[in-house]
Amino acid sequence: MMTQSSSSQFWLTRPFGERATQIFLGVLFAALLLVTVLHLAVPQGHPLHVNAYTVNLFGKYLSYALLAVAVDLVWGYLGILSLGHGAFFAIGGYAMGMYLMRQIGDRGTYGDPILPDFMVFLSWDSLPWYWLGFDMAWFAFAMVLLAPGLLALVFGFLAFRSRVTGVYLSIITQALTFALMLAFFRNEMGFGGNNGLTDFRELLGFNLRTNDTRLGLFIATGVALALGYILCRAIVTSKLGRVCVATRDAEARTRFIGYRVERFQLFVFVVSAMLAGLAGALYVPQVGIINPSEFSPIFSIEIVLWVALGGRATLYGAVIGAILVNYAKTIFTGVMPDAWLFALGAMFVLVTVFLPKGVAGLLLHLKRRKKPVTPPKEATA
Amino acid sequence: MSLLQSLTTRDRVFDFMAPQASPVDVRHGPILYMEDVSVSFDGFKAINNLNLTIDDGELRCIIGPNGAGKTTMMDIITGKTRPNEGSVWFGSRHNLLQMNEPDIASLGIGRKFQKPTVFEALSVFENLELAMAADKRILPTLTARMTGEIKDRIDDVLETIGLTELRFQPAGILSHGQKQWLEIGMLLMQRPRLLLVDEPVAGMTEQEMERTAELLTGLAGKQSVVVVEHDMGFVRSIARKVTVLHQGSVLAEGSMDQVSSDPSVVEVYLGADDEEAA
Repeated sequence: MMTQSSSSQFWLTRPFGERATQIFLGVLFAALLLVTVLHLAVPQGHPLHVNAYTVNLFGKYLSYALLAVAVDLVWGYLGILSLGHGAFFAIGGYAMGMYLMRQIGDRGTYGDPILPDFMVFLSWDSLPWYWLGFDMAWFAFAMVLLAPGLLALVFGFLAFRSRVTGVYLSIITQALTFALMLAFFRNEMGFGGNNGLTDFRELLGFNLRTNDTRLGLFIATGVALALGYILCRAIVTSKLGRVCVATRDAEARTRFIGYRVERFQLFVFVVSAMLAGLAGALYVPQVGIINPSEFSPIFSIEIVLWVALGGRATLYGAVIGAILVNYAKTIFTGVMPDAWLFALGAMFVLVTVFLPKGVAGLLLHLKRRKKPVTPPKEATA
Repeated sequence: MSLLQSLTTRDRVFDFMAPQASPVDVRHGPILYMEDVSVSFDGFKAINNLNLTIDDGELRCIIGPNGAGKTTMMDIITGKTRPNEGSVWFGSRHNLLQMNEPDIASLGIGRKFQKPTVFEALSVFENLELAMAADKRILPTLTARMTGEIKDRIDDVLETIGLTELRFQPAGILSHGQKQWLEIGMLLMQRPRLLLVDEPVAGMTEQEMERTAELLTGLAGKQSVVVVEHDMGFVRSIARKVTVLHQGSVLAEGSMDQVSSDPSVVEVYLGADDEEAA
């Protein structure tokens, strides 16, 4: 019995091997292509036509999927249950939002060529220093990665150096995102307070309100997801990935064989935070707003639920989970808005009880029943 | 010996595999030197003026009743516990009290824990791969590639510990004895100068014990090995020199016969234990 469970746990760390990546990327690109064709080539009114609203919705799901992959990297492989990844997502989103705000120029309600509307409203007469440079795309896009990365670096350095792990780390990540939410709610912070940043118009010169830009953002998000997936895949299949799994399962032991565990944790945590920031930056132009609610602790917990539901330590499971839950959320909040939280809770309970390895575990189980898995000879080579 | 030689020559081909720390200086005799070491936890003296010297290439058994300070002694050597006073030297060059755990590990002191802790989700082969002496910083680890040389080395160790056939199996499915051997194999991959082995045969079958005895005696000479063990029969079968710890300091030292005829030793430990064993 014990043999059974350990060996399935083993295969969960690299189910399907390299095939998984190929299948995942194949499905992803097929889906991108299909949606594009159904949107552009099928005439409106035809039952197969995918309208701009749906394309936009899918784009949002894909950015959530990238966020889930980032969480799976630290939780699934490194065993760090971050309940604050929403913060990195939101900071990436704010960096993008600041760029988009500066792009509005003098077309805002108050017509100020430099100051965003909310600053004029607060009677500020100049841009705060941390808004400088965000009119340049390259600077803003760099900040999308660097700002969450820097926060993760400082936070992770302090946490991992003091060997804070497990449930304590989860609690302080939760506190981090909560503290940031409260801070961003304040008007004095200069990020639009309660209302956040909105009323965006153009991204790199493309009008955000046209269908073509929405399709472009959808495809860009899909490509970013693919690249993020490939990056995470490269990390987890490297020797460093095996050190991560070793750290997850026996941290003290890993330290004893000579790895500076806290540096590995920090490295992977920062990479994950940057991916989350990228996901946030792709999310914001698609939903048209970024406000402090993205920092809410509940959102960060929800991300973890996506990963748990899809199956941790598989990467593609995180994608499946993010898309499934958010699709269900769209449907439920449309049909019976009050029932959504109950449905989410029920889904989580059912998955925990019947599918402890998530949807990915189910797929794996079905595959194994079809044909017995023989250990690949080159698995470790 | 030829195994060790072939391994050391590979160092020169792959300089990244060479030990990073400066070599341990054993020209003046002992590889491990502990002098007047004392530790107390909340007033309880776990180690009390301990003096211990291990020679290069020696196989030493340390015995003693529960609470004699055996595990605390290992903790001090590996940097997990800091003594209140005393000095601990590795060779005549490295002051272990000024170093942290990973540094001590990479210097060539390997420790096998009482309870086998292997990475259950990883395969036997991967367990050895991670334990291998290599550049263990982040980027070299991220870009590390499996070469034929590394594979050969892992295969050699697999052979030594007798787990060749199970190399692609997850370590989680190994039996208790096999896990212990895998742990010893992981220590060997670090190319340690000094091996600290904590209760290697606890919970083993008779055959597994014999196999372990062969393994450990085979290692001595190439490495210095310190074995902490309760099982007298096992100690008798491998030991050349035995140190008896009692209440945090050395009670007696010598061959198994000398030690077991020492009246003070018989009183605190051996008498009771031999009866138990018989």
